Amino acid sequence: MRIPKSALLLAAAPLLSGCNLVVMNPSGDVASQQAQLIIYSTILMLIVVLPVMALTIIFAIKYRSSNEKAEYKPDWNHSTSLEIVIWTVPMAIIMCLAGLTWVATHRLEPYAPLQRISGDKMIEEDHEPLVVQVVAMDWKWLFIYPEQGVAAVNELAAPVDRPIKFEITSSTVMNSFFVPALAGQIYAMAGMQTELNAVINEEGVYDGFSANYSGAGFSHMRFKFHGVDEAGFEDWVEKARENEQPLDRTAFLKLDEPSIANPVAYYSSVDPELWNAVINLCVDSNDLCQNDMMMVDALGGGGLEGIHLRDVFAGICSAGNPSGMLSRIRENRVTARADESEGPLSLSGIDIAGILKRPGDTPDLADGNVNLNTDK
Amino acid sequence: MAAADYSRWDPLFGKLSWDIFPFHEPVVLVTFIGVVVGGLAVLGTLTYFRLWGYLWKEWFTSIDHKKIGIMYMVLALIMLVRGFADALLMRVQQAWTASGGDGYLVPHHYDQIFTAHGMIMIFFVAMPFVTGLMNFVMPLQIGARDVAFPFLNNFSFWMTVSGAVLVMISLFVGEFSTAGWLAYPPLSGIQFSPSVGVDYYIWALQIAGIGTTLSGINLVVTIVKMRAPGMTYMKMPVFCWTALCTNILIVATFPILTATLVLLSLDRYLGMHFFTNELGGNPMMYVNLIWIWGHPEVYILILPIFGVFSEIVSTFSGKRLFGYTSMVYATAVITILSYIVWLHHFFTMGAGANVNSFFGITTMVISIPTGAKMFNWLFTIYKGRIKFEVPMYWTLGFMLTFVIGGMTGVMLAVPPADYVLHNSLFLIAHFHNVIIGGVVFGVFAAMTYWFPKAFGFRLAPFWGKVSFWCWLIGFYLAFMPLYVLGLMGVTRRLSQFEGTAYSIYFVVALIGALFVAAGIAAFLIQIVVSVRNREALRDTTGDPWNGRTLEWSTSSPPPYYNFAFTPRVHDIDSWWQMKQAGYERPFDRFEPIHMPRYTSTGIILAGIITVLGFALIWHIWWLAAVTFVVAIAYAIDHTFNYDRDYYVQPDEVAGIEAERTKLLAAEAASK
Repeated sequence: MRIPKSALLLAAAPLLSGCNLVVMNPSGDVASQQAQLIIYSTILMLIVVLPVMALTIIFAIKYRSSNEKAEYKPDWNHSTSLEIVIWTVPMAIIMCLAGLTWVATHRLEPYAPLQRISGDKMIEEDHEPLVVQVVAMDWKWLFIYPEQGVAAVNELAAPVDRPIKFEITSSTVMNSFFVPALAGQIYAMAGMQTELNAVINEEGVYDGFSANYSGAGFSHMRFKFHGVDEAGFEDWVEKARENEQPLDRTAFLKLDEPSIANPVAYYSSVDPELWNAVINLCVDSNDLCQNDMMMVDALGGGGLEGIHLRDVFAGICSAGNPSGMLSRIRENRVTARADESEGPLSLSGIDIAGILKRPGDTPDLADGNVNLNTDK
Repeated sequence: MAAADYSRWDPLFGKLSWDIFPFHEPVVLVTFIGVVVGGLAVLGTLTYFRLWGYLWKEWFTSIDHKKIGIMYMVLALIMLVRGFADALLMRVQQAWTASGGDGYLVPHHYDQIFTAHGMIMIFFVAMPFVTGLMNFVMPLQIGARDVAFPFLNNFSFWMTVSGAVLVMISLFVGEFSTAGWLAYPPLSGIQFSPSVGVDYYIWALQIAGIGTTLSGINLVVTIVKMRAPGMTYMKMPVFCWTALCTNILIVATFPILTATLVLLSLDRYLGMHFFTNELGGNPMMYVNLIWIWGHPEVYILILPIFGVFSEIVSTFSGKRLFGYTSMVYATAVITILSYIVWLHHFFTMGAGANVNSFFGITTMVISIPTGAKMFNWLFTIYKGRIKFEVPMYWTLGFMLTFVIGGMTGVMLAVPPADYVLHNSLFLIAHFHNVIIGGVVFGVFAAMTYWFPKAFGFRLAPFWGKVSFWCWLIGFYLAFMPLYVLGLMGVTRRLSQFEGTAYSIYFVVALIGALFVAAGIAAFLIQIVVSVRNREALRDTTGDPWNGRTLEWSTSSPPPYYNFAFTPRVHDIDSWWQMKQAGYERPFDRFEPIHMPRYTSTGIILAGIITVLGFALIWHIWWLAAVTFVVAIAYAIDHTFNYDRDYYVQPDEVAGIEAERTKLLAAEAASK
């Protein structure tokens, strides 16, 4: 896949002449590779497109009816050799492009950890990425830094040449997290988490925004991404810490109310439970968490019961302890229908009162090996 | 902006109340006054010239496929003006705000406009255009007297009109959807879109969708069962092949759209959770489902247009189409492949690299048969004798423009490249490049090409050329800047901008849109001028372009029974072959022709269903129940109508054919 640099530059010249074609001239390694891919695929296709355009014009002029000298063959309609060329040339080009696509798609998979910092700098083995948790809201962005314990609204900062792992979700409709100078976009969707790995290679202030229409405040759902050096990043974190405003559930719910062109804001600390609650749509503690509800469903489903008994079910299940519910049942010696059969457990046989008897009882985090069918 | 209250409900009027009329918005008020004045003028003119009876008897209740085809085209032209007005409003707003102004549209209004623009242009402009073309041309090309189910055809048309009417009503009664032309949930769900906008969207599409599905079934059956004797599949004109593939796609995919919208309605009306954020709903399912319909839909639009260009290229080059067989296979391959590419519309939703590469590569593979088609047209021109009539202008404009759109399409099919281009103005430029450069150019070419067949006189070429150049220049001015803006990282559907860096590009795009406006105006002027000069432009031969397929063997316009005798087919270009073989028209021994009778059931039934749709949108349950029962009863009642066909007597046929003989003789004498 080595195409001479001069040819690349020549092809890219008209595209890059504009001063701010950020997509073609980005500052992050991932976006740079994506831009290169655009150029490669364009060149490959021009091999077919340019001759077609040229031939269209040449044939149209040459075979105009006023040109009596041109050959006229009204019944000529087939040529096996031409047909072979017609089908195989595009096929050959598409095969090249398909190979390129397969390789590039796997190399630039947004979920996969980065393998290099830039073209000439590989990643160190023990390098930990900077984790940034992103929440798309109506109509602003919340960025949580779990490692630093700070958060910011509509402003993102990261040190150059350090891999960043974005964990992305939404507290509202579908949005798309996009910083063109950094890397491609990925959707932000409520109740789930998408991921993006990227790195910024040059210091600077870049535009970020939602690329997926999300309603009335969409045009202003923008933020600045600051690519800074290590010291600059420390300063930025410090600035957030000085703000003395914690991001807990109450603050989150207040922020979550729709607002347009929300000013930049910082939070000095972040409730460590918050991210899990955001993803499970239960920041408001009156809501039953999605993962708890899934657990209830896995046990045969509580239907409306599940909602009414949210106090019973809340906190029984977490990603780290998928069988929290079962251990609680076992402790209370509650017999469930599935004991005798291969079928799934059902809530119908569970003594809810028995479970309720032990408020404040924390799920047994160590017990993670309970099997649904062998449980006695 | 005073937001209307859509939570109120009254047993008699549903959600209707006085404050839902958006007359506080000056733009809407002016439009409303314009529509009322214009509408009254049209109604007044029709009444003054006593045209109501004529229209009702000869057109609205007609089940003649030619008239229905023409009515589809008229509907599409009217809706084109509406959809284009939306485009112009957006271009002005973006040029204005990108230049530092505040614009004149609030987001709530702007969002309705781009939603309506997309939805109208696809469902009520492009679809009626291609359906109308297939309706008019295909039965003539296969030597049939009508479609397989003539009444169904009329009903399908009026169902499409019904959908269009509902969309138009939303302009002044309540509001339209602000959720984008595909209404992605959860934004289109009841939580984030509590107004009636999305309901207008749903019911307009459901009603029009019934029409489209029925029409698809109708045309498939027509092609399969009603070809003239001798016309094997591999002797069918290419346009009929593309029509067959398109209608198969319609029959196979529109039910998916219907089902998807039913699920969305259940979410909105009955509080279910198919596509909501919480309680087990999953919006990603909707996105998949809508594109499993949506991608084949793109090919539903473009395939018949490929057929149109095949007919035109070969006619105006005076040459057989190059590579008929590979053209047919290319069409079939595109039909099949169009089902397995849908995920390329959302590479960025988080699918893994294997899935994304699979769909990226299948998408690229489609460009192989499409490229083969392009080469086939190219080698049809090669060693031909090209007559530069207006349809040929459109065709060459298409060939030069479409390849650019195809190229940017393949760029978008490379998933990592799509991550930076998705949802940007680059994407907008791409699909307008293929839809305007492909479908719209093709439709204008087709209208110019078959106009003399439909009305008996040609369109004045001067205004046609003006229209072509305005469209071509307008297209490049309007969309090339959008490609650049996309690479500058500008995303779609923005009504406000920070700074003025994009100003010049949006201003150029606005100028381009004005050129397109001139192109549309020139086309309308062309029709008026041609009607006034129709005697000079009269086509007495029935074959003004020295055509190759069967429709050119009939008079212009064809008699209502199309063919006095069903033709026998020996060749792909059967009329060309008949001309070469010295075909003589029969003058006597006519036989009775079995024809269907006109009926007003279609328009009345669709009218009742329009009211049903309106009642459902506004939650007027009693009215919905009444109209639903009436519609079912009326439809059942129609099945007891036994007076639905008759025989044209040989005398009448002989009279009509003798007229034509006289015309042809006069034509021959004048030469």
